[in-house]
Amino acid sequence: MEFAADDYSDAAMKSRREPCQKRVRRKQWPAWVACWSLAVAAIVPVVAGAAAPDTIAERVRPCTTCHGREGRATNDGYFPRIAGKPAGYLYNQLLSFRDGRRDYAPMVYLVQYLSDDYLREMAEYFAGLDVPYPPPPPASASPATLARGEALVFDGDAARNLPACVRCHGSGLTGVNPAIPGVLGLPREYLLAQLGAWRSGHLRSLAPDCMADVASRLSEDDVVAVSAWLASRPVPRNAKPAPALTAPLPLRCGSVPGAASP
Amino acid sequence: MRLLFSLLFALVALGALVVTMNLRDEDKLDDTAAPLVASAEQVRLGDYLVRAGNCGGCHTARGGAPFAGGRAIETPFGTVYATNLTPDASTGLGRWTRAEFWRALHNGRSKDGRLLYPAFPYPSYTNVNRGDADAMFAYLRSLAPVTQPNRRHDLRFPYDSQAALAIWRALFFRPGVFENAPGKPAAWNRGAYLVQGLGHCNECHGGRNFLGATPHTLELNGGLIPMQNWFAPPLSTANSVAGWDTPDVVALITGGVSRRGTAMGPMAEVVYRSTQYLTDEDAAAIAIYLKTLQHAAAPASEALTADPALVARGTSVYDDHCADCHGKAGEGNAPAYPPLAGNLTVTLDSPANAIRAVVNGGYAPSTTGNPRPYGMPPFRQVLSEADIAAVLSYVRGAWGNRAGAVRTFEVQRYW
Repeated sequence: MEFAADDYSDAAMKSRREPCQKRVRRKQWPAWVACWSLAVAAIVPVVAGAAAPDTIAERVRPCTTCHGREGRATNDGYFPRIAGKPAGYLYNQLLSFRDGRRDYAPMVYLVQYLSDDYLREMAEYFAGLDVPYPPPPPASASPATLARGEALVFDGDAARNLPACVRCHGSGLTGVNPAIPGVLGLPREYLLAQLGAWRSGHLRSLAPDCMADVASRLSEDDVVAVSAWLASRPVPRNAKPAPALTAPLPLRCGSVPGAASP
Repeated sequence: MRLLFSLLFALVALGALVVTMNLRDEDKLDDTAAPLVASAEQVRLGDYLVRAGNCGGCHTARGGAPFAGGRAIETPFGTVYATNLTPDASTGLGRWTRAEFWRALHNGRSKDGRLLYPAFPYPSYTNVNRGDADAMFAYLRSLAPVTQPNRRHDLRFPYDSQAALAIWRALFFRPGVFENAPGKPAAWNRGAYLVQGLGHCNECHGGRNFLGATPHTLELNGGLIPMQNWFAPPLSTANSVAGWDTPDVVALITGGVSRRGTAMGPMAEVVYRSTQYLTDEDAAAIAIYLKTLQHAAAPASEALTADPALVARGTSVYDDHCADCHGKAGEGNAPAYPPLAGNLTVTLDSPANAIRAVVNGGYAPSTTGNPRPYGMPPFRQVLSEADIAAVLSYVRGAWGNRAGAVRTFEVQRYW
């Protein structure tokens, strides 16, 4: 049966898919060889040279331009590390960029036409990386600012109903699986921008939006102090997120499904 | 007095002409007709056609309920907000009849008779036949109703007035259902119907005049998409998809990638939301039709020859940052990484798309056929504007490409 190049009828499509199976009987091996040679010859010009590696690492190359090789963050001063963060957290962020809860244009641009499954695969890839971090740059903030930051991180401020960072982000501040991010290894500028965006409502998460709630109780000086202290801390050797929450969260969080909360 | 009288008469006549022209090819609303009783098959067909028309693309806000409207469409005349197409009685199509839906699609008028803005591409959708329109309506009626009030358009004077819109329509809108050309193969007619109707390809690839109107001649010569800074490439010139083999066109519009190039920017969205759902037969019909529009490309505007120092700089940037994926000689590694030699995005007269690809990078869309696409890294953090101009100048003039050099100010303009 012959079909014209432009023939896209069912019969023609089927015939193209099965050129060397049904129409050649077993004993006709010379015909079989000829058929496959022709098929291969038809394909070879298409994939001249080695095909691109069929790996997720190859597929996330666009991410690593900014987030650094292996998602470690560059020295550029703004981009967050993503390697080793909880997969659920990373996946939520990717969905948020795609669906309009986060608005950083270069990220939106990359993920806007990608499927849930693919974004989850990317998130799991970066979550599974375990890479060493260089020491943080020396802190430029005053000792008083750093002390205030440290106090807020570990104790919060009961008078203002402000929970300590460690109550959600883990006692080692490396996050809690599956959805709470670590907050170490992030540039100061990035922390300032994110906390500022939470306060102003430009950064949102799934409702009830616990981080927006916490940020609304922070003053500008709080943001400066917390960012300075967190950015001055080294990432510990084992930067993996804690496996699970050990106590109820102080607030209800839409991005942490199933977490016990008040 | 006599002069005044003639003037008045001329005005009235002109007004009457505009009104008449606005009511061309419009049937009387047949509200006595029984409401549509949709079969499951009709709903399925409607689903297919609504995707082919990418109705959900505009009528869904980012992250919002599908078809509930609210997406802002920026135009040079102001912002138009897409409306709620779900069958909600108070805010959607709940009280619409199928005759009213037909009139909207075919004549560009709303339920209450108001003229609709052509951001809703009825200058193309008017080609859709009544049977297909009814199926689309049946599908939209089958959706779960979502109560989401429509937002008022935010257009500047005089574009916000119905009178201005009536004049625009008298000048630029011609209603009429697509009719099969006798003597043409069925696939050609199907392709023409899809391209001219639901595909509304002309809305971007036709280019627009200063009043935002698309040409009727359907030359599909390409044009800059207003407000988006993307150039919709021609679909009809010999160096465009019209000159490709049919399987490559099918691969591009259903899978997002092909041996010849990759869908990017607004076209990636079209593939993601719409054309990936086309059957191979319909996608091939589109290719077959486009092939017959083929004509020689207009001579490029005088190409700016790149000076040797710029080319040398561009070559070194290319070797350091591009050759790994796109190959030493721009041969690419399709379908993961498209060839740059002979790539229309690279060689378009306007360097807009090439600049945006380098600056922002991007992924081909996730599709059924290519669910895990490879991507292009954004180079905004890596290369200076001058480096981007240099590398594009090199690529646009190498390996048989014959496009002009790119200047740094153009990189800034399309950043």
